[in-house]
Amino acid sequence: MAPTMTGRKTLGAGEGSLAVFFALFALLWLFIASKTTDAAYAFHAWLFVLGSIVAVVAIFKRYMARPAEAPPQEIDGLPNYNFGPIKFASVMAMFWGIAGFLVGDIIAWQLAFPALNFDLPWTNFGRLRPLHTSAVIFAFGGNVLLATSFYVVQRTCRARLAGDLSPWFVVLGYNFFILVAGTGYLLGITQGKEYAEPEWYADLWLTVVWVVYFLVFVLTVAKRKEPHIFVANWFYIAFILTIAVLHLGNNATVPVSIFSPKSVIVWSGVQDAMFQWWYGHNAVGFFLTAGFLGIMYYYIPKQAERPVYSYRLSIVHFWALIFTYMWAGPHHLHYTALPDWAQSIGMLFSLVLLAPSWGGMINGIMTLSGAWHKLRDDPILKFLIVSLSFYGMSTFEGPMMAIKTVNALSHYTDWTVGHVHSGALGWVAMISIGSIYYLIPRLFGKSEMFSVKLITVHFWVATIGVVLYIASMWISGVMQGLMWRAVNADGTLTYSFVESVKASYPFWAIRFLGGVLFLAGMLVMAYNMLKTIAGGRSVDDARVLVPAAHHA
Amino acid sequence: MNDFVNQFWNWYVILLVLVSIIACGVLLWTQSLPPPAKLDTTGHVWDETLEEYNNPLPKWWMWLFYITVIFSLVYSFLYPTLGSFQGILGWSSSGQWAREMAKFDEQTRPLYSKYMQTDLKALAGDNAAMETGKRLYLTYCVQCHGADAKGSKGFPNLADSEWQWGGEPAQIVETIAVGRNGVMPPHAQLGADTIKDLAHYVRSLSGLPADSLRASKGQEAFNSAGCSGCHGADGKGMQALGAPNLTDKVWLYGSSEATIIETITKGRNNQMPAWKEFLGDEKVHVLAAYVLSLGPAAGGK
Repeated sequence: MAPTMTGRKTLGAGEGSLAVFFALFALLWLFIASKTTDAAYAFHAWLFVLGSIVAVVAIFKRYMARPAEAPPQEIDGLPNYNFGPIKFASVMAMFWGIAGFLVGDIIAWQLAFPALNFDLPWTNFGRLRPLHTSAVIFAFGGNVLLATSFYVVQRTCRARLAGDLSPWFVVLGYNFFILVAGTGYLLGITQGKEYAEPEWYADLWLTVVWVVYFLVFVLTVAKRKEPHIFVANWFYIAFILTIAVLHLGNNATVPVSIFSPKSVIVWSGVQDAMFQWWYGHNAVGFFLTAGFLGIMYYYIPKQAERPVYSYRLSIVHFWALIFTYMWAGPHHLHYTALPDWAQSIGMLFSLVLLAPSWGGMINGIMTLSGAWHKLRDDPILKFLIVSLSFYGMSTFEGPMMAIKTVNALSHYTDWTVGHVHSGALGWVAMISIGSIYYLIPRLFGKSEMFSVKLITVHFWVATIGVVLYIASMWISGVMQGLMWRAVNADGTLTYSFVESVKASYPFWAIRFLGGVLFLAGMLVMAYNMLKTIAGGRSVDDARVLVPAAHHA
Repeated sequence: MNDFVNQFWNWYVILLVLVSIIACGVLLWTQSLPPPAKLDTTGHVWDETLEEYNNPLPKWWMWLFYITVIFSLVYSFLYPTLGSFQGILGWSSSGQWAREMAKFDEQTRPLYSKYMQTDLKALAGDNAAMETGKRLYLTYCVQCHGADAKGSKGFPNLADSEWQWGGEPAQIVETIAVGRNGVMPPHAQLGADTIKDLAHYVRSLSGLPADSLRASKGQEAFNSAGCSGCHGADGKGMQALGAPNLTDKVWLYGSSEATIIETITKGRNNQMPAWKEFLGDEKVHVLAAYVLSLGPAAGGK
């Protein structure tokens, strides 16, 4: 980087245009806030006004504080990594994770004790349930993906993140989206599409954020100093690109008016259902699988200090995975108005998906060959490897449940809930936790976490929690399926629906207990994380220090 | 049934599905090279320590992959998968449903035809038939009328002695078979004051505390405003119309002054769905007998 000749500080083009954009954006939302008759929407309009003003102020305060020159790309020949947005996303991941698991526990209680709905609209299961799913998938999982992807892409490309304000725009804008989505659910704003509940204006905002995310990521890859693109980055790119396509397809709505939060979906009937589950299943496939496989491919070999097991396997399973996942959505619509041929396609590609999914598990677990002993005393590695075991288990279970005759038993029961949580808690959350434990000391310039013992405690508490959760849901799910289909000699149903609810009660209590354990583990982690950031031993290992220390 | 508007989309689906399944197998086959003589990394290093071995694909994993591909190909010819081609086995989900239903119908027909020939009142005393009736009730009726059949706001109590549409066997059968649509028209045009008078009169009919002056004004309005047209001059209702008896201390929506005012002002629209098509005459017959058995007249629960 050539030093600036004059040293005079000027407002960058990015800073200027972003400040103007937010100023205009604040005016737009002020206008909407003044015109709308919907109180909840007015609240969101004011949130947008406030957020935009804060953004303008933040841009100018940052400008005043920063040196005249843009941060250098390299310092003494070493890349000057940009860790600020990663730190923010990591801390937000912890916050949303705890919030999301807590709401999950509350709604688990509500199922066992319906009085806990309190007969209030804001505390009703119907509003809290999307709050739980969005908080854990998009808020917790999303922030983990932002943090890890920005970390991995920089380190494996030996390049500073592309853009100056853009990475901050991505992490802050994404979390603002979460805020709008979550408060919207509580206030009753929803478009009623599972995992795509936010209304049109939140969707549009997310689209802008997501496009910037894609650009930051891809432009960082483009300016890499390594000749090859590391496998983790393929998975991250597939995840970012596909989520954009899915988001646009399933949220194709026409707003009633810009003064109304309500919109009407352009798809109708069974086509709408098909779009919904094409989106829904690929949210699992690309948000919760491809993105997290990106995490797996960097953090497992790093933590195990072993080479990835097989480059060839990574190629084959990458292409097979992203190709076949796209077809699997119809298995959510077995025995419905969806034509039989479409249901069959969903089932077959779900079965074909088994091997490509397991390819990722094999590549991760076999990376440890020759270093199995490390599992004994490294709790971070325990998290990472056990997450792959859960991944393997749920990607076996998924194709089995996609078989029509199995689905006839499992559909609409707790079995589905158990399956989802074996993937969400066992795979997604545990690999996230492992990667955050890896990241925190490195981001904040410490040699290790405040307490390794507490990581071990967290590992066991979380694992027991997941097992209790899944096992209870398996039992109650199969029981419900069998009770619902039991028929007497006179052709009547043996059990009324409420009898199956009553029989599920003890298992719902066990499920709640499992969830509490998982939440308790997260609280232990939060304590450990705060202690690490606040104190802990500073690092004197140059390999980790150099890029971090020079971060502006 | 053809799901496609023309043959182009049919063939589009067929070719895309076949090519896609086969492509998975081809991808695997082109990448299944013999293992290298000596295990080594690919030679690239990222972030100082990240390397990759180039181990061959595990054999068992490849076989797993091939088996799923072959299974899918075979299945797609046996079962409906390839566009509008029904599959060699001729299976369809609606066909499977129809077959299973026919099997049960066949199995239970002797029992239900016996019930069908039994008089409704006699059937209400048949314990085995009433066990069947109870299970039908717990499957189809419980959502509105409640597990104890005592109903709730807007949903009639089936266990008392009063009937909205008549308690004769034929009337109960008709209620279940073709449904009922109870309409109380809105009377906001009468004005708040008159409506309040009417509410007091209606309360006085079943002995509830009421303002006597308002009640007497209400009685005039009851006859002049058309209430008596359906509820009768004596307020005893008319079962043929589903117009409730106002003197029997049974309240479908509630007896408070505010609720009665709401009922008169906004009207009520209530529907009992028709079950004949879904359940068939035999099950409706058994259900009607079960409902009859619930009332105190039948000495039921």
